[in-house]
Amino acid sequence: MSDVTTNPYRTSLRTAADWGLVAVALPALAALALPLGVRNGAMLGWLGGTMAPLFLIGAVLAVVIGRSAPKRVWGAWVELAGVALAWLLPVHLLNEGLDLSAGWGVWLFLLAATLLLWRVMGVLAGVPGWTRSVIVPGLFGLGLLVGWEVLVRGFQVPAILLPPPSRIAAALAANAPVLWDDFRQTVLTSVLRGYVMGCGAGFLVAILADRVPFLARGLLPLGNLASAIPVVGIAPIMVMWFGFDWQSKAAVIVVMTFFPMLINTLAGLGNSERIQLDLMRSYAAGYGRTLVKLRLPNALPFLFNGLKINSTLALIGAIVAEFFGTPVVGMGFRISTEVARMNLDIVWATIAVAALTGSGLYGVLAVLERVTTAWHPSMRQR
Amino acid sequence: MTSPNPLDVREATAARQGSDRAASAMSPVVVEARRLSLVYSTADKPVTALSEVDLTIARGDFVSLIGPSGCGKTTLLRVIADLERPTSGQIAIEGMTPEQARLRRLYGYVFQAPALYPWRTVERNVMLPLEIMGIARAERQARAREQLERVGLVGFERKFPWQLSGGMQQRVSIARALALQPDLLLMDEPFGALDEITRDHLNLHLTQLWRATGKTCVFVTHSIAEAVFLSTRIVVMSPRPGRILDVIDCDSLPRERTLDIRESPEFAAIAHRVREGLKEGHSYDD
Repeated sequence: MSDVTTNPYRTSLRTAADWGLVAVALPALAALALPLGVRNGAMLGWLGGTMAPLFLIGAVLAVVIGRSAPKRVWGAWVELAGVALAWLLPVHLLNEGLDLSAGWGVWLFLLAATLLLWRVMGVLAGVPGWTRSVIVPGLFGLGLLVGWEVLVRGFQVPAILLPPPSRIAAALAANAPVLWDDFRQTVLTSVLRGYVMGCGAGFLVAILADRVPFLARGLLPLGNLASAIPVVGIAPIMVMWFGFDWQSKAAVIVVMTFFPMLINTLAGLGNSERIQLDLMRSYAAGYGRTLVKLRLPNALPFLFNGLKINSTLALIGAIVAEFFGTPVVGMGFRISTEVARMNLDIVWATIAVAALTGSGLYGVLAVLERVTTAWHPSMRQR
Repeated sequence: MTSPNPLDVREATAARQGSDRAASAMSPVVVEARRLSLVYSTADKPVTALSEVDLTIARGDFVSLIGPSGCGKTTLLRVIADLERPTSGQIAIEGMTPEQARLRRLYGYVFQAPALYPWRTVERNVMLPLEIMGIARAERQARAREQLERVGLVGFERKFPWQLSGGMQQRVSIARALALQPDLLLMDEPFGALDEITRDHLNLHLTQLWRATGKTCVFVTHSIAEAVFLSTRIVVMSPRPGRILDVIDCDSLPRERTLDIRESPEFAAIAHRVREGLKEGHSYDD
């Protein structure tokens, strides 16, 4: 009961009984009384000839060992193994040919395992370093994927509505060459070029508008107007103007990203304090030097904000634009044609590629931001 | 205008100012203001920040501008620095217009807040004006090192401003102003935001620094003790409209000062005169 000395806010009741563990144990005990599933028309219980008891014993052992571990963090890792074992149970039962849709014993058992995972994550989130920054979010994502897999397969959701992740991964592997070509066409050609052009133009025009105030006054209302135009409206027009290849996609991306970048850059340029500007004036620094030495560094957090917003906008713009005409390659083209052919697995694989690409772009920008604006109050680590 | 100014003992010097820089650099007068006025136009009615101000600051002097809020002391300092333009009257810095003086980087300015750039280390903050002047890298580093040593911040070169205390940050900003090697140092309530103990410490530091470098200092403050402790001359100002009420010489105090002189009768006498002057200013509007 060393917790009493380390945490004076814990009440005596809470130290006497571990209510969290009770919450885990209750559904687990209830699960023991319920059937696991149906095989060949017959209800199967825990002792119905499967390996289910082994999973149960393993999970219980993990909790018991975890509770008696000398350090809470070590205990949490052991309990995590118990959670993993519990979530493997439905996979085993499905492989044994059971229908789990009426097997409330399994689902209650998984509820208990999820509550246990909650406790484990609570402990691990308090460990500084890689555990908190990488392992905890990784486990969270993995947990969601496993939950998706087990629920979709357990309740036999038709794959046309929602395939399990394993099936999407298989489609990804089987169609890798096609998906790579789509990725190259959409991301490496259209998105990157359009993104660089749109963000670059927004940045340069913002600098110009900062120097020539009437430009800012005239452009900002236009910016609101342009950002209100739906992509599906401009995409076909751009395809007519610039043709089927990447140029029309880049044009759509430029229209979508130009104004967010312009507005963010202008806000950033206005972010310098009067006293900092006076300082530069007292050094007889001209417009250019003040811009480079003071105003642009001050604008960096705003610039990254614009770049991050635009990274997702650019991907959406390219994919939607490809619906309106493209050479026979590209992620938008793939989605539109494979939906029509009811090949939903490839559609989902393409969606996965798009999601990973978007996260990747965003992640690269976030790392760059962390490196270049480590001084900013929102990023500071003493 | 020929309105007599009892403070000005250097009419002749003033008259031949503005000829050429070599001659004026020898001149004992650094700042010369005549009938200086500044009126801000605001939405409802114009506000007179400075009214008919006459001031002469001699080379090597430590002049404090003291007065209540809104008396125009900061405005006067900003006019000297060419951060504000007067609406009428003349002002000359080393015989030049304030703009010429600013473009030649004749003064160093210390603001109310340290105004350090958070993305630069302490050392690179001090080197900032030198970068803008286009001074070579080796020289920049040497000068930054020298000035950081002068304000007692050796060993903090690689720290970021936000890792330092408020008093240390303000010392960095003083080192940054000194790195320009100006003859004229303009300081706008540099210690206003600091606690009294830190303030005493920095006052002592500043008076030693001033004596060691022989620079001309103009110092804005609203603390009587600080003004008397630091200054060779104290300019008492009054608000609405901002004007000069009295100029007090502190010749009765030695140039070399320790915190102990604050207990001396001479110190008390000058402080009393400053307080009387400030009281007089207030009787106008109450």
